[in-house]
Amino acid sequence: MLNIVHMWVNGKEVELAVDPRESLLETLREKLNLTSVKKGCGVGECGACTVLIDGVAVDTCLYLTMWADSKHILTTEGLKGPNGELNPIQQAFIDEAAVQCGFCTPGLIMTAVEIVGTGRKYTREELRKLIAGHLCRCTGYENILNAIEKVAGIHS
Amino acid sequence: MESVGKSFVRVDARGKVTGEAKYANDLMPKDCLQAKVVRSTIANGVVKSIDISEAEKVPGVVKIVTCFDVPDIQFPTAGHPWSVEAAHQDVPDRKLLNTRVRQWGDDIAAVVAVDNVAAERAASLIRVEYEEYDPIVTVEEALAPGATPLHPDIRKDNIFVHTSFRTSPDFDYDKAKERAIEEYGEENLIEVEGVYRTPRISHCHIEVCTSWAYVDTNGKVTVISSTQIPHITRRVIGQALGWPIGKVRVIKPYIGGGFGNKQDVLYEPLNAYLSIVCGGRPVCLELSREECISQTRTRHACKGVLRGLATKDGKLLAREGDIYTNKGAYASHGHAITGGITTNFKDIMHDEYGCRSDGYSVYTSSAVSGAMRAYGVPQAAFLADSLTDDICYAGGFDPLKFRMENCVPPGFVASNGITYYSYSLKECMKRGAEFIHWDEKRREYANQTGPIRRGVGMGIFMYKVGVYPISLETSSARMILNQDGSIQVELSATEIGQGADTVFSQMASETTGITMDKVYIISTQDTDVAPFDTGAYASRQSFVTGKAVKKCALELRARILDYASYMLNRPAEELMIWRNNICEKIHTGDPVPERPARDQAEEKPAEQNTKKLALGGSYIDNSRNDGSVGESAKYSAWLDGKVKEYDIHDLPNGEAAILRDTGVEKDIQPGEVLLSMEELAMNAFYSLDRSEHITAEVTNQCKENTFASGCCFVDIEVDMPLGKVKVNNIINVHDSGTLLNPKLAEAQVHGGMSMGIGYALTEEILYNEKGRPLNANLLDFKIPTAMDVPDYHVEFLEMDDPMGPYGNKALGEPPAIPVAPAIRNAILHATGVSMKEIPMTQQKLVAAFKEAGLI
Repeated sequence: MLNIVHMWVNGKEVELAVDPRESLLETLREKLNLTSVKKGCGVGECGACTVLIDGVAVDTCLYLTMWADSKHILTTEGLKGPNGELNPIQQAFIDEAAVQCGFCTPGLIMTAVEIVGTGRKYTREELRKLIAGHLCRCTGYENILNAIEKVAGIHS
Repeated sequence: MESVGKSFVRVDARGKVTGEAKYANDLMPKDCLQAKVVRSTIANGVVKSIDISEAEKVPGVVKIVTCFDVPDIQFPTAGHPWSVEAAHQDVPDRKLLNTRVRQWGDDIAAVVAVDNVAAERAASLIRVEYEEYDPIVTVEEALAPGATPLHPDIRKDNIFVHTSFRTSPDFDYDKAKERAIEEYGEENLIEVEGVYRTPRISHCHIEVCTSWAYVDTNGKVTVISSTQIPHITRRVIGQALGWPIGKVRVIKPYIGGGFGNKQDVLYEPLNAYLSIVCGGRPVCLELSREECISQTRTRHACKGVLRGLATKDGKLLAREGDIYTNKGAYASHGHAITGGITTNFKDIMHDEYGCRSDGYSVYTSSAVSGAMRAYGVPQAAFLADSLTDDICYAGGFDPLKFRMENCVPPGFVASNGITYYSYSLKECMKRGAEFIHWDEKRREYANQTGPIRRGVGMGIFMYKVGVYPISLETSSARMILNQDGSIQVELSATEIGQGADTVFSQMASETTGITMDKVYIISTQDTDVAPFDTGAYASRQSFVTGKAVKKCALELRARILDYASYMLNRPAEELMIWRNNICEKIHTGDPVPERPARDQAEEKPAEQNTKKLALGGSYIDNSRNDGSVGESAKYSAWLDGKVKEYDIHDLPNGEAAILRDTGVEKDIQPGEVLLSMEELAMNAFYSLDRSEHITAEVTNQCKENTFASGCCFVDIEVDMPLGKVKVNNIINVHDSGTLLNPKLAEAQVHGGMSMGIGYALTEEILYNEKGRPLNANLLDFKIPTAMDVPDYHVEFLEMDDPMGPYGNKALGEPPAIPVAPAIRNAILHATGVSMKEIPMTQQKLVAAFKEAGLI
């Protein structure tokens, strides 16, 4: 038995028939081919599958697609400008060498976009707490913090 | 140098921040079937029967295979070069699915279904009857009299291999002690003994282990895998299935970290088999995080029974260690890592009389141990550095001074001939101590009272850069000139996050004279196309594969110049490539030697050499690849704040060395631009007279080796009632030769430091009495989050190493090595409590502080 879900994904209206048990992670990856949304654990421990739902960073592996009905979803694919321009956070990740294997990167970028979206400026300690839901094994978080600080830090 | 040594942005950075970089599962076709491994619910025993009748009824199930169905072939899994000598081959001790169960969760059957839900449902309905034996989870249990041998066909008991290393064949610790008593008097000696332990941990790359497989139209079973070692995976799939290796194809796209776990062949052979038995349909075998932690590979847990002897004035006389590693249910990398632990424990310090270290790798019925970042050296460093600081504590020595006086010396030659050429270990220690304000803090924290105390501690390491002469590594490289004068570079040393694609591009640019923006590296390895290389592991890529890149670039450059010679009607010797142009080669007539001539070798003030020795930097580098030794062959060492140079011929195996810059043309510079690469390339492709595709493909056998080294210093705060350790300040100082890309190098060190902090304080896979893992998930197996780590400080002492293709040495793994011992030793300094095992969790620390009467 499939249910109909109506939502906006990266600005585009979509209507899908989904299994009510389906996670938003599965829907985005398998039905909409948005493969920037990564699966690292499937149980909300690593943050690799983070997207913004109505502007809030959410682990999509723990979020049923049914709950996304009438909501606005933003994935990393949706950050790209019309001519391929990067979001300032993406550019900061490049400039600060905050990327290594790249698997945690899209999820962290989405959380960073949420942070920037608040319009506030943050201390490094505050940023540490705000990204603590993301696990990264390559970078030790140093350059990721540098990148986010560059855009949303108190000295930015 | 033009390209090497500069902080170019990663070539894959944009693709990764946009999420467009494709990883294995991102490429999976929509109709891909899903496989689930059925796992044993006992840790040790035999499968008597499997009933799949209920499972088969689940709608969507396509195929169920059990341990009674698979080929009767045992295969090895290690990501090593295959030895052509049977005695040195990796041990084949597992089948695709096993009736003899040797760990909780062993692979006994597999279900293929249209989706995961059906596969998991069916798997849960499979009924298994076992003959059950007692679980043997620890080394002690496995070595106990009467313990069931886990692999009776391979070993009569559970000792996989026992090796014994001594600094000299007749060295004996007890005899050394007798001698010391005679020479110094018993009252003038310090002896420390203890049992030190390191935990079993998981790599925790964020991408789980996954692959998908199908049989292609040409009959080849094709596996798209998150692996570090595509060509080895191809060979092992062939071995496991009894298929011709040519009928196997492995494709490796971007991978989400490996850290050594994916330097083993994991489930690719089973995945290939499942596709074959499903008529070649695509089948995905993605592990859950829980399976990844408990059913792939782990870092060996290790127990060291150690003794050390020093004089009361701080001279290290002798040490010995019996080191036991828990290798788990299957051989994986065999004894190699245990051998690495024992030799490194022995070599990192210089013992006046000598050292013995015996290593025992032991089969147990628990998760398999394999490669993990730094291949045994983190364990060796914890053992050696803990013993060193315990000796210092007992003798009242300053740990920095003691190491300065007793650590591995410049010019060190290991028993297998590996020589420490460019030596900066002591200077690294000096820089680290300066940064952390060692002397000041040692005094300041000397007599603390109260529940919160501070301490400073240090750890050191050295790390062999390549594998030779233990095995011979082969790397290949291919370069192709495009029609616009740009080039493609193709390798099989894989990008796994470490930045290999970027530094290889820099190398290709450096040596060809074609600028970075015109170098296109092919990141994906497809074993049908990519030239052979054993893959990404050790810290070998920039050193071992780097030599193949350099050799290939030299060959491509020679072919380009040959074509330019034809076009310009001038001898190739008069031409050079400079920033995408063929230029006239100008001899300055004023040669500036890159190193002082042999008779001028003398001490140079450190101030002039703080950045790096001015080596390399030539436009044209006609390195000989014939293994001959150059006239001015030298190696260098930082000593007492000065760089000293030694003649390479003075070293025991100096004649075998190849000097990196042998034959370099140093006295040239680009003159008039004669021809652009674009013109040349277009002509070469379409000339009516001489049309040719300019390419180069080479294989390089790496017969050179050297050591990298470094240290970590920490300043910590210990809240004793809470057992909580806070790292207030931390620095790693690395001696890794010339940096290829400083920004990426620094980033790599950060990651290693974070891993070291987790190793020190929180990470350990735990088992219950039945042998079942208790914390195989990222919530309970605690790797550091951003809140658990401080800001890191990193310094490098850059010194050209004569063995490295561009003066470079290992860096990928070393940063993870010295952190845990540094934290452990800082706790000793802060509290006087000698922790004998990591991770030093809050619970363990509270217990230790209570026992010491501190809380």
